Amino acid sequence: MTTMLLMKNITKRFPGVLANDRVSLDVREGEIHALVGENGAGKTTLMNVLYGLYQPDDGQIFVRGREVRICSPRDAISLGIGMIHQHFMLVPAFTVAENVALGLKSSKGIVLEMDSIRRRIEQLSAQYGLSMDSQAQVWQLPVGVQQQAEILKALIRGAEILILDEPTGVLPPQEILRLFATLRSFAAQGFSIIFISHKLKEVMEIGDRITVLRQGRVISTIKATDASVEELARMMVGRDVNFAPQRKKPVLGDAVLRLSNLTVFDDRGVEALKDFSLEMYKGEILGVAGVQGSGQTELAEVLAGLRRCRSGHILLGNRDLTNAAPHTVIEAGLAYVPEDRKRVGTIGTFSVAENSILKSHTRAPFAGKLLLRRRSIAEHARCLVQEYDIRTHGIDVEARTLSGGNLQKLILAREVSRSASVLVAMQPTRGLDIQATEFTHRKLLELRDSGMAVLLISADLDEVLALSGRVAVLYEGRLMDVLPAELANKQSVGLLMAGIGGRRDGGTIEAEEKGHSHLGSTHLRRGAGD
Amino acid sequence: MLTFDLKRRSEPIVSPVAKSALLACSIITAFLIGGVLIEILGASPILGYRALLAGAFGSIGGFIDVIVKATPLLLTGLGTAVAFGSGQFNIGSEGQIYMGALVAAWVDLTFQGLPKPILLGLAILGGATGGAAWALIPAALKAFRGVNELIPSLMSNYVAILIIRYLVNGPMQQPDSYMPQTALVPARLPLLSPAPYRLHAGFVLALCMTAAVYILMRRTSLGFGFRAVGASPAAAKYGGVRIRQTVLLVMIISGGLSGLAGANELLGFHYRLIEGFSAGYGFTGILVALLGRLNPVGVAAASFLFSSLSVGANNMQRILKIPSSIAGIIQSIVVLLVLGTQVLLEYRPSVSFSPTRRTVD
Repeated sequence: MTTMLLMKNITKRFPGVLANDRVSLDVREGEIHALVGENGAGKTTLMNVLYGLYQPDDGQIFVRGREVRICSPRDAISLGIGMIHQHFMLVPAFTVAENVALGLKSSKGIVLEMDSIRRRIEQLSAQYGLSMDSQAQVWQLPVGVQQQAEILKALIRGAEILILDEPTGVLPPQEILRLFATLRSFAAQGFSIIFISHKLKEVMEIGDRITVLRQGRVISTIKATDASVEELARMMVGRDVNFAPQRKKPVLGDAVLRLSNLTVFDDRGVEALKDFSLEMYKGEILGVAGVQGSGQTELAEVLAGLRRCRSGHILLGNRDLTNAAPHTVIEAGLAYVPEDRKRVGTIGTFSVAENSILKSHTRAPFAGKLLLRRRSIAEHARCLVQEYDIRTHGIDVEARTLSGGNLQKLILAREVSRSASVLVAMQPTRGLDIQATEFTHRKLLELRDSGMAVLLISADLDEVLALSGRVAVLYEGRLMDVLPAELANKQSVGLLMAGIGGRRDGGTIEAEEKGHSHLGSTHLRRGAGD
Repeated sequence: MLTFDLKRRSEPIVSPVAKSALLACSIITAFLIGGVLIEILGASPILGYRALLAGAFGSIGGFIDVIVKATPLLLTGLGTAVAFGSGQFNIGSEGQIYMGALVAAWVDLTFQGLPKPILLGLAILGGATGGAAWALIPAALKAFRGVNELIPSLMSNYVAILIIRYLVNGPMQQPDSYMPQTALVPARLPLLSPAPYRLHAGFVLALCMTAAVYILMRRTSLGFGFRAVGASPAAAKYGGVRIRQTVLLVMIISGGLSGLAGANELLGFHYRLIEGFSAGYGFTGILVALLGRLNPVGVAAASFLFSSLSVGANNMQRILKIPSSIAGIIQSIVVLLVLGTQVLLEYRPSVSFSPTRRTVD
């Protein structure tokens, strides 16, 4: 195989940080090359150098054997390098074709060549087995399809080297399998793919070779067939990492949270949670699994008082919190780690100290009748920073300067510091690196052991299975079943996630037609592969 | 193709020295551009600026004028800063000035029997209440009906101005007068300077309000909630801040400050309600608030800069026959440059040359 791309001794310094230290990477034609590393290991910097967003301080880049200088994304695109960002760069109200047309130069001057773009999309979709409707508006498409639209956009711009930044972070399990299939077919056609991730199992599944970065340096480049999860983790973190499942059979104590017959609508007015009933007990972690968009967000929000329910009841202890305002829910002792750390969980322009009292800013000891008590706020913030090992340049810096992992620690620390009896944790480790994930998991387990009821809502099935004493599965807004840990595994939960089986309507096996034919079969394949 | 580009800095500039330097450069550049304009108008920029400085700071009378003119700007600037800093885009300060002045005038003229200090206090309070009540209309529309406050608050300006025009030409017109004005009010703000200068106590009131707004926004739990709503409504709601209550309270405080500006002008300067009562202080107050970066101390400095510019420009007009509207132009350029250059704190400008783009085949 010929080398498509060679990055040689790339060095990139930022004030005070050596982000890339003589990093070399070669990607062959038809290869899927995985790039793994903790947050801050230099993956993104390296890819930004390749995509022309940063200029390296030192080092060379060769594309197809020729040395090149990449000064801007436009240069990168003209060299056949395409980037699929983790957060899609699509205009939701535009159709797929219109999104593809954005930024493309038309040969007819100011007249858009929508027809030819549409034809190209259809041709490429057929060629690579994608099912893309070029006339669909992007917001109507499932995430997986939106991602395919991003890929098509890159292909139509002539990309032969595709960079995918954490592409699986937003996808449900079935979509991940489909993405992998697509990527493999690209590779078979001679495309080179750089796959960035820190999910090691995925990397081993999809990658031909794996390059591990740590603290700006290449630790090793190895064949995926020679790699093991433990070894990769050790290379990434620099020490051994414990992967043993931590789930525990719940001692079903008193029910602390009772949800009965909740029906909740989403923003578009569609029923997102249907007749949902659940009880949570002291000292358990109850995992909620489900394909993305099965009602998880609405469940978390209705519990936190951020969304109204049409019918049903929420009881926390003896307190009726049905449609209570957020401040009432907070007072009643429900802690909530929201999915969106940056927009909801914290205020970026507020200091770490201010964020640490976001939910207690009117209460003693942080506030008197009128004034904030700055000394006790600072003391509290310093405590949290220390106890949770939050890496920050002090408690007075703006929260937006913190990394995702540290932001998550800050949120978790704050939520837990408020002596709550129930914690709702939504996607608590999404986008976090191994160490931060490990830390979060350890904290959740500690909280469980201290008697808190933890509702863990996560798209990461491995995480749900590893931590939960019971697993509740959502499918299209309905609770399919609640499985005890010993019965919950990838297959059993996967089937329920696809709408197959379950206890509703007296436990009869019932599958919706479309769910069965499409999702179900994917799942069986997945099950066989495990 | 030559392209001008802004690239995100790996770390934003936070050093106060660099920030002050950027601010100084912006203001100096604005004056340089203003100088070019003066040159184009056929006068010497040096003489022009000398006249401007002399007008604002060359005499006690000029300087007192600067302070008196800065007072309403400071109050409306503070009102705008409270609102904008809390995510409520109240651009109805002009109308709130008018309604504040109206209520102050009505109180002062109606309860003439009361002792003067009490009447004055009531009139001031009435001014704040009038502005607050006027701001409550867009606030209530937003809080209870989800109407964006921008258009209602903007339109409320014109309604207020027209109501006052009607009143001073009709029901409240001074008896036996053909002028569009009310009678002189009996209770007035005391003068702090000997005649003929007219420095009135309103300035002290405005300074007190500056401190009060600073404490409210930075030191109280209420202000914490306000700022949270301004910085991120979703996070504020999540954090338990009562959004509806915040919208209403913020608009009341913001409108109250502008109403205070109206009462101030009435009780300290005009002594009566007249048509065209405010010289656009409400609108200029928005610029002052933005220039002061919504920080009370910054707003005070900005109101002072703006008022010295307009007082100085009047002198420039007298001496060099250059239209005093040059002050307005410089004010606008200062605001544009100061706000525009903020982007340089987070982005680094760069010029690059790049080959042509790809096209669809």
